[in-house]
Amino acid sequence: MVYVRNFLRFWYDFIVGDDWVIAVGIAATMVAAWLLEESSFPSWWLFVLAIVGLLFVTVKRAARD
Amino acid sequence: MSDLLLLLGAFLASAVEMVEALTLVFAMGVTRGWKSPLIGSAVALVLLAVIVAILGPVITEIPLTPLRIVIGGLLVIFGLQWLRKAILRASGYKALHDEDAIFARESAAAVNAGTDVRAGIDWYGFTVAFKGVLLEGIEVAFIVLTFGSSHGSVPLAATGAIAGLVIVALVGVVVRALLSRVPENTMKFAVGVMLTGFGVYWAGEGVNIEWPGGTIALAVILIGTLAVAWGMVVVLRNQKAAALVRGQAGV
Repeated sequence: MVYVRNFLRFWYDFIVGDDWVIAVGIAATMVAAWLLEESSFPSWWLFVLAIVGLLFVTVKRAARD
Repeated sequence: MSDLLLLLGAFLASAVEMVEALTLVFAMGVTRGWKSPLIGSAVALVLLAVIVAILGPVITEIPLTPLRIVIGGLLVIFGLQWLRKAILRASGYKALHDEDAIFARESAAAVNAGTDVRAGIDWYGFTVAFKGVLLEGIEVAFIVLTFGSSHGSVPLAATGAIAGLVIVALVGVVVRALLSRVPENTMKFAVGVMLTGFGVYWAGEGVNIEWPGGTIALAVILIGTLAVAWGMVVVLRNQKAAALVRGQAGV
């Protein structure tokens, strides 16, 4: 059980890292972009806005801590 | 151009991680003898080679669209994490990665650690070197496999990574002191920009985005990411300086 927990913990730390906001934000952005593209709306601007916004938020959170 | 960027990205990522791993190996070698840390490093490198050899062909068999969704997404997450740390370090909100301090700390810990010699191997030196090389190496392997497979050229990314590994190892072996002079934060900044830029481009293609200008958009995304990240460094530096002035003035 401890090995499984440590294994999962390693991958969580490796992928999600210090700030879960980035992972959740990217996942949400990709879903939203896909939905827009499926509706024939261009969504490249959403990606650009999301990256700038997420970088701003995660840096701000880390600087505050 | 994107081939060159791919090569450069893998080279820089590998060089940065190699500096960190080599610092641990040197700390063990100097304090506890070289045999066990070198064996530990070699075993870790063999294990990494096996991981890449197994996962490489598997990943390249996955269709490009789902591959770009997963790998593009992971690269953006990875890139933004690297960029956040690099921005905080460049603006003074986080201490610069100090290899001299890490070397001193690991050396002191190694001197004070007990001795457990089995089969002629000092297990403390072996384990620290093995873990250091394996954990830092997994990040490099991840970047090589994701960069390489999304771009359709794992060997090119692997070449960049191996070049980074060999050059840093040679420099480290010749003059260990030079390791602390490697501009690690600048390199991490560059890798963060590349991971984020390539990740955004590939993840976008994965969810059917048609980037304006085609592949030119990749260059625009990379330059834009660099500009935004550097802008944040400037703003944070000014904020920190202003806070210091206010603190000294007792406001």
